[in-house]
Amino acid sequence: MSLLSLKNLAIKADKKQIISRLNLEIQPGEIHIIMGPNGSGKSTLCNALMGHPHYQITSGSAQFADKNLLTLKTNQRATAGLFLAFQYPREIPGVSLSNVLRTAKNIHNEAAKQPRLKRTEFAKQTKAALTTMGLEANFLSRSLNENASGGEKKRLEMVQLAILKPKLAILDEIDSGVDIDALQAIAAAIEKQRATDNTAFLIVTHYQRLLGYLKPDRVHVMVDGQIVKSGSAELAQELEKTGYQGFKPAK
Amino acid sequence: MPKKTTRRTNNNSTSATTASSTNPIPTARPKNIQHPQEDYKPGFHVQEKSVFKTQKGLSEDVVRQISAHKNEPTWMTDFRLKAYATFLKKRMPPWGADLSTINFDDIYYYLKPVNQQGRTWNDIPDEIKSTFDRLGIPQAERRYLAGVGAQYESEVVYHSISKHLEDKGVIFMDTDQALHKHPEIFRKYFSTIVPPADNKFAALNSAVWSGGTFLYVPAGVHVELPLQAYFRINAEKMGQFERTLIIAEEGSSVHYVEGCSAPSYSSESLHSAVVEIVVKKGARVQYTTIQNWDKKVYNLVTKRAQAFQDATMFWLDGNLGSKITMKYPSVYLMEPGARAEILSLAFASDGQHQDAGGKAIHVAPNTTSRIISRSISKRSGRSSYRGTLEVHRGATGVKSHVVCDALLLDKESRSDTYPTMKVEEASATVEHEATVRKISEEQLFYLQSRGLTEDAARGMIVNGFVEPIVKELPMEYAVEMNRLIEMEMEGSIG
Repeated sequence: MSLLSLKNLAIKADKKQIISRLNLEIQPGEIHIIMGPNGSGKSTLCNALMGHPHYQITSGSAQFADKNLLTLKTNQRATAGLFLAFQYPREIPGVSLSNVLRTAKNIHNEAAKQPRLKRTEFAKQTKAALTTMGLEANFLSRSLNENASGGEKKRLEMVQLAILKPKLAILDEIDSGVDIDALQAIAAAIEKQRATDNTAFLIVTHYQRLLGYLKPDRVHVMVDGQIVKSGSAELAQELEKTGYQGFKPAK
Repeated sequence: MPKKTTRRTNNNSTSATTASSTNPIPTARPKNIQHPQEDYKPGFHVQEKSVFKTQKGLSEDVVRQISAHKNEPTWMTDFRLKAYATFLKKRMPPWGADLSTINFDDIYYYLKPVNQQGRTWNDIPDEIKSTFDRLGIPQAERRYLAGVGAQYESEVVYHSISKHLEDKGVIFMDTDQALHKHPEIFRKYFSTIVPPADNKFAALNSAVWSGGTFLYVPAGVHVELPLQAYFRINAEKMGQFERTLIIAEEGSSVHYVEGCSAPSYSSESLHSAVVEIVVKKGARVQYTTIQNWDKKVYNLVTKRAQAFQDATMFWLDGNLGSKITMKYPSVYLMEPGARAEILSLAFASDGQHQDAGGKAIHVAPNTTSRIISRSISKRSGRSSYRGTLEVHRGATGVKSHVVCDALLLDKESRSDTYPTMKVEEASATVEHEATVRKISEEQLFYLQSRGLTEDAARGMIVNGFVEPIVKELPMEYAVEMNRLIEMEMEGSIG
C-alpha cells in the first residue's frame, strides 16, 4: 500500500491545464526527487497536493495514507500527515514561530489522539531543531519569516518539519537561495527525519547539488505537466549533462 | 522645511512595523489566569434599581438637582450651570461620526443606584455585586491590582486601595468624594486641562458629571501594580458622565486601567467622559482603556494630558465596543524632554464606527511623540484614524513618529485616515506611515498547511496584527484583549 498514490491526476489553474495524466507512487520512507524546467508544473503539483485554493484537481485520484486527499481541506491534509515546505514562505507579522508551531503541534497531537506536548519538551525540541539548522534561539519569539533572509526562511521550514514529523514532506525548492552549509544541514535533516520517523519526501529541485548529500530512491523528470521519465539517482546526473532537451511528454 | 516622510502602501503581506517581541501572544489562556465566569457575556443586565433619578432629559433644573443632591459647594454648582449654557451654545462636531441620531431629551442624566459607597464588596447590594462578580472585578482585585473603583450608573459604588499606598499618600477615590475631601488639590487642577468650552461633549460632561476617578500620586512614589476602575451602565437610556482627574507629582509613576461595558438594550445610551491628567517632571503615567460598551452606546470622550519636563504620558486605548466612538487621547508636551506615547487599537464590527486616534501637541523643544494606531474593520464596520500632530514655533528638536495600519477583513469593511499636521519648526523630524492591509490568501494557506483551520488561521493573523499594541498590556489584560478580539472575530468568515 503506497503512502501517496496519484493516478491520472489533472490540475488546472485559472482555467489553464497545468498538469495532466500524472502518476506517482511513494512508499513510506522513500525520497523522490522531481526535476524539470521552469514552468513544467512542479510547484503547481506541490501546492495542489496541499490544497491551495488557486488550483483545481479536475480528474484523477489522489490517495494519501488510506484517505482520499481530494476530499480533505488543507488543515485536514496537514493533520493526516502531509507537510509542505514553501518555495516562498509567508511572513506572519506579530505571530511568533513558537506560537504557530505550538498551536500546530497541539492540533496534530489532538488529531492523532496523543497527549499534548509539554511546554518544556516543546521548548527543548524546537531549540534543538533551530540549532540543527544553524539558527539562533531568538527565531522562536520573532515574527515568523519576518526580517529573515531567503535562506533563513528555508531553514525555518525545516524546523517546522522537524517538530511536526509528517508522514510525507513536500519540499518545494528547499535548496534555492541557501548557502552550502545550510544545504548540507538541510540534507542531513532530511535523512535524519527519514531514519527516525520513516518520513517520505517529495523534493522539487533545479539542482544536482542537493542530491549529492541525499540517497534518493527515485528521480522523476517533469516536462509540460507530465512525468516523462523516472529512474534512479543516476538519472539526475544524466540530466546535469544533457539538460531537458531530450525529454518530451507523451502526446 | 521640516523633514517629513509620508509613505502609503497597499500591501497584502508586508508590514511597516517590526514586531520582534519576546512576549508571544498567548493562544491559550494560561492556567493561572482563569476567567471567573466562562459564560461571561457583557451584554447581560439586572433589573434597574435606583435611590434617586432625575427626570428624563436635560435642563438647568436637572443640573441644579444633581449638584444639590451631591451637596456641592456653590462654585461647582455655578461651574455646572455655566457649562450647561456652553453645551446649549456649542454645535455638534461637524466632522467625524454621524451623531445626528442622539436624542438628548431621551436620556436619564443622573441615576444614583445606592445610598452608600462600599469599602468591601459585601457592603454592596447583591444584584450590583453579582454584576461585578460576573465581570471578574473582585477576583482581579485580589490577584493583581493595587486598588479598584467600580462605577454603576452615575455613582461609584465601591472603592478600595491597598493600605501601603494609602500610607504613602496616594489618593485614589471617586471624584465626587475628592471634591469634598481634597478641595485644594481638586480645585487647582479640575477643568484646567479640558475646559468646558473645549467641545460640546466636554461641556455636557462638565454640566452633569458624576463619579469617575480621582488619583493623586505624591512625588517619588511608584505605584507598582495597576489601579483599575470599571464603569458599568446597567439602566436603559442612561447617560454616564464620569470625570477623571489624575495628578502624578514629580518623579512618580502609576498605571491606571479602565474597563467598561453595558447590557444589550434596544435603545441607545450615552457615555461621555472627561479625563484630565497632569504628569509632572520626570513622572510617568500609563492610562489603559479596554472599552467594550454594548453596540448601542455612543462613546464620546475627551481625554487629555499635560506632560512636563522629562515626563512620559502613555495612552493605551482599546476600543472594541460601542455604536460610535469618538475619542482622541491627547498629550500636550509642555516642557523639554517630555514624551508622549499613544497606542490605539480599534475593532469595528458590523454597524460600528470607531473614530479614534490621538493628538500630540509639541509646545516645548526636544519633546518626542509616538503614535501607533491599528484598526480592524469587519463587514459594515468602519474605523477611522483621526490624528493631530502640532509642533509649535520655538519647539526645536522635536521628534514624532506616527504609524497607522488598518486591516480590512472583507470587501464591505471600510477604513479611513485623517491625519492633520501643523509643523512650525524646521528642525522637527516628523514621520508618518499609513498602510491598509487585507488578510492574504497566501498567509491563510500557509497557516492552514500547518494544521490550523481557516478560522484559527485568520484569528492568528489578526492577533499578530494587534500584537504591537497588546504586548504593552500587562499579561492579564493581554489575555482579556485577545479574548475580546476572538469574540469579535466569531463568524467573520463569508
